Amino acid sequence: MRISLFITCYNDTLFPETGIAVTRILERLGHSVIFPRNQTCCGQMHYNTGYHREAIPIVRQLVDTFRSADIVCVPSASCVAMMREHYELIAEAGGGPSFLEDVRAIIPRIYEFSELLVDHLGVEDVGASFPHSVTYHPSCHSLRMLGVGDAPIRLLREVRGLTLRDLPQEEQCCGFGGTFAIKNPDVSVAMLTEKQSAVLESGAEIVTALDNSCLMQIYGGLHRAGSSIRTMHLAEILAVDGSSQ
Amino acid sequence: MNVRVGKTATASSFPVAAKRALADEQLRRNVQHATNVIREKRSLRVEEMSDWQQLRDAGSAIKAHTLHYLDHYLVEFERKCERAGGHVHWARDAGEANAIAIQLIRQYGGTEVIKVKTMTSDEIQMNAALQVAGITPYETDLADMIVQMGDDEPSHIVVPALHRNRFEIAEMFRRNMSRPELTAEPGELASAARDYLRERFMRVKIGICGANFAIAETGAVCVVESEGNGRMCITMPETLIALIGIEKVIPTMQDLEVFLQTLPRSATGERMNPYNSLWTGVLPGDGPQAFHVILLDNGRSDLLVEDRERETLACIRCGACLNACPVYRETGGKAYGSIYSGPIGAILSPQLQQLKHSRSLPYASTLCGACYEVCPVKINIPETLIHLRGRITREEQSTLRGKLSPENIAMQAVAKIFLSPRRYEAAQRFARIAQLLFQHQGQVTGLPGIAGGWTRFRDLRPIPKQSFREWWNMRGEKESK
Repeated sequence: MRISLFITCYNDTLFPETGIAVTRILERLGHSVIFPRNQTCCGQMHYNTGYHREAIPIVRQLVDTFRSADIVCVPSASCVAMMREHYELIAEAGGGPSFLEDVRAIIPRIYEFSELLVDHLGVEDVGASFPHSVTYHPSCHSLRMLGVGDAPIRLLREVRGLTLRDLPQEEQCCGFGGTFAIKNPDVSVAMLTEKQSAVLESGAEIVTALDNSCLMQIYGGLHRAGSSIRTMHLAEILAVDGSSQ
Repeated sequence: MNVRVGKTATASSFPVAAKRALADEQLRRNVQHATNVIREKRSLRVEEMSDWQQLRDAGSAIKAHTLHYLDHYLVEFERKCERAGGHVHWARDAGEANAIAIQLIRQYGGTEVIKVKTMTSDEIQMNAALQVAGITPYETDLADMIVQMGDDEPSHIVVPALHRNRFEIAEMFRRNMSRPELTAEPGELASAARDYLRERFMRVKIGICGANFAIAETGAVCVVESEGNGRMCITMPETLIALIGIEKVIPTMQDLEVFLQTLPRSATGERMNPYNSLWTGVLPGDGPQAFHVILLDNGRSDLLVEDRERETLACIRCGACLNACPVYRETGGKAYGSIYSGPIGAILSPQLQQLKHSRSLPYASTLCGACYEVCPVKINIPETLIHLRGRITREEQSTLRGKLSPENIAMQAVAKIFLSPRRYEAAQRFARIAQLLFQHQGQVTGLPGIAGGWTRFRDLRPIPKQSFREWWNMRGEKESK
C-alpha cells in the first residue's frame, strides 16, 4: 500500500526520530511511504488559540498537499483530531464549495498512526522487541476525540520483552493544552505535577503516548525533577526490530 | 446592556487568580477531595444506566428545541402560571430584577427574606441590592449559608462551600451562632445549623427561591435539593418569589422524566434527589398565598442568535463538568472570578457579558474534553471555548494595541512561515541556531517573552540537528546514488 506521511510540524522539527520510526515500521510491513514536500502544519495552533482566519490558508495548503493521497498516516492524535473535528467547519466558514468537497474527500483517508496499524491494516504484532517496562499515557485527543480505544495497548502487548505498567489516573490531562502551557503556566505545571507523580507511581522506565506534545510536557517535568524516566512516542518503541537482535 | 456576572468586573484574570489559588494548599486539598468523592459517586450512578447516552441525547434535544422556540414557551409559561394564581414579571437585567424583588418585598411589608437555591440571585448580586434597600437576606441552603457567613464567594455550582472543610465551618458557626461549645463533629454541626435555620423558617414571611425547571405546559416550577431546607423555604413563607433565568423553561411535565434522571446522577451521584418540589401557582390554605415569578434575561437572549452560542443555555447547572475538569480541580471555583466557574463558567460568563468581562476564561482550558464527555445535555464546551477564543482574537485584532501585541505578531509571522515550505525550512534552520543562545547543560532554558512560561518550570530538549525532512532528503539521495 502507498501511504503518505503527514509528519506534522512539531514532529518534523522537534521529534524527527518519531517520523523515522513510523517510516521504518511501515516499510518493514511492506508498504511504501511517501513524504509530500509541501506539507507544513495542520493549523491546530492557530485555530485552537483563536486565530481562525489565519488557520484557513494553512488548512487549504495541507488539504491540497494530500489531495491525491490514498492513505495519510499522522503520528499525532491531536493533529488528526484537529482535522476531523474542525476542517469541515473551517472549509464551511472560509472557502468555496470545492474546498469543502476536498476536505470531505480527504478526511476519511486520514489515520492516526495506531489507528492505521490496528484498525485499517489489521496489524497488532509489528515484530518489535523492547525489553523495558513501559506505561502508556492516553492523550486527551486520542482518548476522547479520536476514540482510539485500546489500539495502542494491543500494539504494546505484542512487543517482545515489554512489560506494560498501569498508569494511575491515566485519563487525566497532562496539562499541555498547546498555548495553554504558556498562557497558564502555573496551572499547566500543577497538572503536570500530578501526571508526573502518576508516572513515578507506575514504576515504568518509559512513558509512551500517541502525541509528542504531551510527551514534551511530561519530559519537561520529569527531566527538571531529575528523573531518569524517558519519554518515547509509541512508534519509536514499535520500530525496535525484534529480528535483528 | 451592561451585564455583570457577580463581581466579574473587578476580578483578576484567570492566570493571576489561579496562581493565588494554587498557593493555598488547604483549598486545593479540599477541592480535590470533594471533586473526587462526587466524581466516583457519579460514575457509579451513570454506569448502572444502560440508556445513559440516549438520556443525554434526549436532554440535549429537548433543550435545543425549547431554546429554538423560547419566545413561545416563555409566553405559554406566563399564561399558565398566571392562570394558576401566580404573577409573572419580566426583567431585562440585574437592575430590573432587583428592583422588582425589592418592590415586592416592600409591598408585602417585609424587612427580611429567606433564600434558597438561587445562584441566579448571585449572578445579579441580589443580596447586596437587598441590603442597600434595608432588607436582610438569609441564605438557607446549608452551603450557601456557610458562604454568606464567611462573607465568601461560592466556589462550585452545586456545592458552593466545597472549598471549606468542617473545621473551618465549625469555627464559623461558633462565631456567627454564638455557640462556643460546638465541635467539628458533622452531626453536631448539622444540628446547630438546623436550630439556626428553623428559627428563621418560622419567623420570616417572605421567601426567594430559584428554579431548576419552569414547565410551560402547566406553569409549574421545579426545585430539586438534598437538604429539605429548600422545601421549608418554598412552603413556609406567606409570600414566595421565584427568580428564574429565561433558559430554565421546558415544554412539558414529561420532559422532566429525562432531567430528573440525569440531573441528580450528574450533580451529586444520587439516583434521585431527596427533595423534589414541584408546585403550580397558589393553592388556597396551603403554602404561600402570594407567588411571584421574575423571569430574568440578563444577557441570555444575546446567546440565542448563533447555534454554537445558544447551546450554552442548555446547561442544567449539574456541575459535573467542574468535577471532571483538571483545571478546576487544581484551582477551585474562585479563580474564575465569576460565580459560574469551571468549564461551563468559562463559556457562560463571558458570553452573558458580551465578552466585556471574564475574557481570560475561554483560555482557562487545555481542551481535554473531559467536560463534554460528562455533560448530561451534551454541551460541546471545548468547541465553544475555541469559538469564543476566535471572537476575542478578532476583537483584539481590531484595535491597534491588539494588532501590535507580541502574540498577534508571532502568530501572523508563524502563519506566513507555514504557508511556504521554503520559509518553513529556513525557519527550522534559524530556530536551531537561535536556540544556542538559550542552551544550558544540554537543555533549552530561560526563553524570552511568553515562551518563558515554559522554561521557568520545565526543561526543553534542544531542537535536533536534523529535521525529519532533512533525514528524508538525505536518505533519498543515498538511495538514488
